[in-house]
Amino acid sequence: MKKSHILILAVIAAAIGILMTTSADVSQYVSFKEARELAAEGKNTKVHVVGRLPRSGQQIMGLEYNPTLDPNYFAFTLVDTNRIAQRVVYFNPKPQDFDKSEQVVITGAMRNDVFVADKILLKCPSKYVEKDIKGATASM
Amino acid sequence: MLNTFIGDLGHASVIVAFAAACVAAYSYYMAAKDQPLGTTDLGWQRLARGAFFVHGAAVLAVIASLFAIIHGHHYEYYYAWSHSSNHLPVYYMISCFWEGQEGSFLLWIFWQVVLGFVLIRYSKKWEAPVMAVFAGVQLFLVSMILGVVIGDVKIGSSPFILLRDFLDIPVFKTDPNFIPKDGTGLNALLQNYWMVIHPPTLFLGFALTLVPFAYAMAGLWKRELTAWVQPAIRWTLVGGLVLGVGVMMGAYWAYETLNFGGYWNWDPVENAVYIPWLVLVASLHGLILWKRGKTGLRTSFVLVIATFVLVLYATFLTRSGVLGNASVHSFTDLGLSGQLLIYLGVFAVLSVALLVARWRSIPVSEKELTTYNPELWVFVGATVLCLGAFQVLVTTSIPVYNAFLGFIGIKSNLALPADQIGHYTKIQLWMGVGVVFLSGLAQVMWWQKNDKESLTNSLTVPGILTLLGAALVILLVRYNKLEMKPVYIVLLTTALFGVLANLSMVLTLLRRKVSLSGGGVAHIGVALMLLGILASAGYSNIISGNVSGLVYSKEFNEELNRDNVLLWRNEGAPMGPYEVSYTGQYLDVPGVPGYVNKELLFRTDDEYKAVARGDVKRGGKVYYKAGDTLEILPENTYYRVEYKEKKSGKTFELFPRAQANEEMGGLLASPDIKKFWDHDIYSHVSATPPTTGPDWSEVTEHVLSVGDTIYLNDYFAVLRAVEPAHQTAGLNLKEGDLAIQGDFIVYGEKRQYHIHPMFVVRNRMVGRVPDQSEDLGLRLTFLNVDPTAGKFTFGVSTAQKDYIILKAMEKPFINLLWSGTLLMALGFGMAFVKRRRDTSATLPATDNDAKPLRARPVQRPRQVA
Repeated sequence: MKKSHILILAVIAAAIGILMTTSADVSQYVSFKEARELAAEGKNTKVHVVGRLPRSGQQIMGLEYNPTLDPNYFAFTLVDTNRIAQRVVYFNPKPQDFDKSEQVVITGAMRNDVFVADKILLKCPSKYVEKDIKGATASM
Repeated sequence: MLNTFIGDLGHASVIVAFAAACVAAYSYYMAAKDQPLGTTDLGWQRLARGAFFVHGAAVLAVIASLFAIIHGHHYEYYYAWSHSSNHLPVYYMISCFWEGQEGSFLLWIFWQVVLGFVLIRYSKKWEAPVMAVFAGVQLFLVSMILGVVIGDVKIGSSPFILLRDFLDIPVFKTDPNFIPKDGTGLNALLQNYWMVIHPPTLFLGFALTLVPFAYAMAGLWKRELTAWVQPAIRWTLVGGLVLGVGVMMGAYWAYETLNFGGYWNWDPVENAVYIPWLVLVASLHGLILWKRGKTGLRTSFVLVIATFVLVLYATFLTRSGVLGNASVHSFTDLGLSGQLLIYLGVFAVLSVALLVARWRSIPVSEKELTTYNPELWVFVGATVLCLGAFQVLVTTSIPVYNAFLGFIGIKSNLALPADQIGHYTKIQLWMGVGVVFLSGLAQVMWWQKNDKESLTNSLTVPGILTLLGAALVILLVRYNKLEMKPVYIVLLTTALFGVLANLSMVLTLLRRKVSLSGGGVAHIGVALMLLGILASAGYSNIISGNVSGLVYSKEFNEELNRDNVLLWRNEGAPMGPYEVSYTGQYLDVPGVPGYVNKELLFRTDDEYKAVARGDVKRGGKVYYKAGDTLEILPENTYYRVEYKEKKSGKTFELFPRAQANEEMGGLLASPDIKKFWDHDIYSHVSATPPTTGPDWSEVTEHVLSVGDTIYLNDYFAVLRAVEPAHQTAGLNLKEGDLAIQGDFIVYGEKRQYHIHPMFVVRNRMVGRVPDQSEDLGLRLTFLNVDPTAGKFTFGVSTAQKDYIILKAMEKPFINLLWSGTLLMALGFGMAFVKRRRDTSATLPATDNDAKPLRARPVQRPRQVA
């Protein structure tokens, strides 16, 4: 066998290896129901959950953050796309723009009865859809 | 007045630029068509050049119009309104230029115009076919900012759109000529000097990948399957240099400005540049292989084409909105997805088709490479780079698979790996190992005749030194009670080998000819970068762990990472090897070095102005006297944090900053970094109390006489005197007005505070000016005077004391990464200079120029010393 053939085989093997590790590491967008099932099966793979924060009027319900007691403990309730509510704990300070976000994506896994998030991605109302201009009424 | 002229001028210039690019592309195509390289149809070529000059002039006019709109604060235009504001300094106006997608396309177009001119001037016989490709790319790029609607199809997004056409809000119905007074401003995170130079560097890098691609296309088209390599190498070297430096500038900006705690986050936007850079470096090695060993030409073709197509793919990824949830900072979707796909598709299909058609005619080397051929190891190294790029590509494209499957009707819910850093690291780390080891090995072999004996001889010294060095480092790491994973040991050893083997070769070459050592120098740089990454990322150490002993969490008792610490204002707290205290909020005052304590500034109705309450001085020099009005930059608050090393007693202070920004949603925090030669201390604020100011309690009244003592918010305080008010700058006192103030001395943790609430009588009306100290969480109001009894009534409100939540970490040997980057850039530069000389030397032999009248490139008088 020529060296070039060995090289080509090695490259193909490496590429397959890369594809396999990728498919093993790939995460999924799931609902809380599926996240609970995964945890019940004993799998602690991390998943993505997309949800909204329950509000009554402007107020978000169930936020718990008291930095003077513990700056690294933030808990909230998230309602996923199937309208299942779940208590989420995030062992980090509360993201400052959390109150404004419309949609929240969390990464993590269920542990006991709570979802432990290690990453929070917030989708905030973008400034590009801003429908008001400061001073617009003043000059009229 | 609504100024529509500039916008119309700009938009017209865009259309002219587009039309001229079409003409240039077609005429260059006709000039080169059906003729061998070296002969051109001069008529078509003249027309093409003219068209390209018109194109360049029009692009400059577009840029000038857009800049005039931003610089002149013409907020009737959406671009100025959404990216700029009145208080933005001019140098940041340059960055608002490319904050938006249209502006960054424009920047890219601009660089390609510049490169096009260089090629017209210097590429000689290659001009027509190369410029045909060039102008073709230009016409696609310009179409992205065309802003023309044909039927229902919108082509491009114009930067010259009026605000009233973009926003559908009532004010424009009542007054179509309404112009906002101020813009919404530049993204605070982009207000950084790196953001002035990072995007131009990056887009120059993108533009430079087009040149080797255009040469490869021209070579395939004109069946000049080998001659294109020579010019392509030089351009690839410049591209590798500029793109590499651009990527690292972005990394440095992220390190300084964002607060994820590092310089690289594997965000798709970062990956989108990293992937083509890796492939570009691989293609460079392929080209050099052909140049020296007459092997690897097909690989070079594939890689040069792949680099350019990957740049197009990166453009599609970041600008089409396909990334959606996956990226925090990709551009907003302008509805250009279709257009971007066509752009990507046209060039991918054309180039691949042309390559396939010529594949059999591309020369291949008959000889079999042996283990003693350096070419083999260079080839393996390039393959390793491509595999590394492949992994990042496969993972970064996950959102694309979802979109594609959704498009053909299959629901897919794949998400990026939850632990991205872990995912990428486990492959990229081995790529690094391969790259540094092979770079050392191949570099040594490259410059000598190899057999078993000579190879052993030249590898012995670097090999032994590597093993000794690695053993020493491992011992030191153990001595410092740190773990070292086997894979880290492998990376350490190979990277050391990479440094030492390349160094031994560079030292040998220095004696022969300095200019040959560019490759070696670049390789040393890359190996040092890897060592810097290994140390700073592998051993990044969070020193702000919660040491209060309070564990509030009810659900879990296990050891979780608790990386943030709460610091009360003026109270010290232990943190790692330091005693840390937070000592107040500061502002940036232009003209005064460092920052100025907010307590020294009396804020006025104008956000950007304040009155000094005391002298603002640095050392002996007084910058402002008490009562002076000074300009301030109110957006950023700097939190002063004092670090005192427990062992040595040495102190330093950091000013991590944060900006309360409603539009961006909350608090934008940026770190401050203290640099030591062997490590950085990096710290940022992760939360603060509500930035709207403290929540003051209900007022309680106290009746006091002069000399009375009282506890205020748990501080001991004395009413020292009641006296005529002396800080009345903001009051505009007139004759007949009466102003007195109470003088309280409050004993705080570290020092005494004077608080002066004022009581003003004017025309029998009473005014009260309260005074407060945020340090103490205390606000006093002078409520009433009882002159007969000598009693004074004061109102006291208190607030929770100010605090910050801080995260701090140590980054060991991060300087290796930055210095490695500089060395790498230097190496690229040296190699470029050497290749330039090579070409000038060989020019007379190969130069059968179609235009003999054209002057040859001016040779630099500077020669080898």
